[in-house]
Amino acid sequence: MSPTTAATRAEYCVIACAEAWRDNGEVLASPMGLIPSLGARLARRTFSPDLLLTDGEATLVGPDGTAEGWLPYRRHLALVTGGKRHVMMGASQLDRFGNQNISCIGDWHRPSRQLLGVRGAPVNTLNNPVSYWVPKHSARVFVERVDMICGVGYDSAAAAGPSATRYHRIPRVVSHLGVFDFATPDHTMRLVSVHPGVTAGQVQEATGFPLALPGEVPDTREPTAAELRLIRTELDPEGLREREVPQG
Amino acid sequence: MTDKTMTPEDVVSRLRSGMTLGIGGWGARRKPMALVRALLRSDITDLTVISYGGPDVGLLAAAGRIRRLIAAFVTLDSIPLEPHYRAARERGAFALTEIDEAMFLWGLTAAAHRLPFLPVRAGLGSDVMRVNPELRTVTSPYEDGETFVAVPALRMDAALVHLNRADRLGNGQYLGPDPYFDDLFCQAADQAYVSCERLVDDFGAAAPQTLLVSRHTVAGVVETPNGAHFTSCVPDHDRDEAFQRLYATTPWPHFAERFLSGDEKAYQSAVQTWHEEQQ
Repeated sequence: MSPTTAATRAEYCVIACAEAWRDNGEVLASPMGLIPSLGARLARRTFSPDLLLTDGEATLVGPDGTAEGWLPYRRHLALVTGGKRHVMMGASQLDRFGNQNISCIGDWHRPSRQLLGVRGAPVNTLNNPVSYWVPKHSARVFVERVDMICGVGYDSAAAAGPSATRYHRIPRVVSHLGVFDFATPDHTMRLVSVHPGVTAGQVQEATGFPLALPGEVPDTREPTAAELRLIRTELDPEGLREREVPQG
Repeated sequence: MTDKTMTPEDVVSRLRSGMTLGIGGWGARRKPMALVRALLRSDITDLTVISYGGPDVGLLAAAGRIRRLIAAFVTLDSIPLEPHYRAARERGAFALTEIDEAMFLWGLTAAAHRLPFLPVRAGLGSDVMRVNPELRTVTSPYEDGETFVAVPALRMDAALVHLNRADRLGNGQYLGPDPYFDDLFCQAADQAYVSCERLVDDFGAAAPQTLLVSRHTVAGVVETPNGAHFTSCVPDHDRDEAFQRLYATTPWPHFAERFLSGDEKAYQSAVQTWHEEQQ
């Protein structure tokens, strides 16, 4: 793809994910999934140069891939509880307060679909900022109520008390349709921006609960020419991003 | 000095039905698969299994050996969902204690330190509390007065771990980037068994921090070359992705018949034959 053609939907998603790590300082960016990974690496290469990143295993690596630190699982879990980390996780289900499910669908005692398990979602959400990435926005993912609370949402944290809310924060949700946050008086999900070509109505249509909708919903910001060149020629020259989010 | 070398069958002869069994590694990484396969050749069943789960759990679940699983996840890493674990859960084949990854770590740590529990800021507000009604909280006795989950110690009757190298005394060395939690599993168990890619007479000029498992925590050592197969055991071998795909897509009776009906040598040879057929 020529670096001068207009940005694709997938590239808007990369930018929207990258923006999650703006002004985060010297913390570990933990992206789960391809487009969040591209976003984290883009953020470090441009506006958030102090971010730490791993090679996906146990090594912290600089932008050129050389080792700068050791982060096996035991230290990674300690880093989570120390709070110097911002993770972007996936979600099989996500509700209006940001409760997330990756464990199972249906009754936990005998699920209709067993998924991964709670993994580290409970400890993550109580200790370091947790954002979410949903590559296929639909009412099956954005549900009124999740079947198993793995990642803790704002209402559940509040109900669990001050130890749960102390470090709890869900800065942003990015889907292939738009960007969301919880900056409303009751911490319900709000539509922050739509990717170009998407309307607020389409987003609401694909969401299983009423979104907080500002009067005027802006577009997700456009990638700069330099960002597009980085994405296309250095971070993802094979164009794998277009497979995760096909052009609408 | 006690020579603790033994065969996989010797290890299994020391295990009993109904035991609580910890299994080291993480997902489809450095799992003591040769020992798990030896377990499958026995009649041992009714196990409580504690694992950062991978195909170890899948195999034992498919064979109906698990009474209760204590885990935060079960995955094949490159294949996110473990098919045999999934099927077992969806038919309600065993009980599950589903806890968070950090709760698991502090449960292991508590067991290693002979503590009944350790406090952790995890679980509160999540359905981990709903599905484990036996979990209790603890309030800080200091000024902060905060409330935490008191994760019970994950004490186990026996642990199985796989390392790159070990000596005859039970000292074990990892050569990859991540120790996972194998030392904690050995410390948390009444008896721990280490399988290794290669037995060594000594560790030469090894960096001492690679000597992860100490002999005072180990009851037996087994040399099982390629014994983590098909999980990864870097730098000795990567995950066998092609074979893992076969495992994940083959009906269990067919897989078991072709690969698990003989001993470890027969398994390794059947795997080699399968690879040759693919060329």
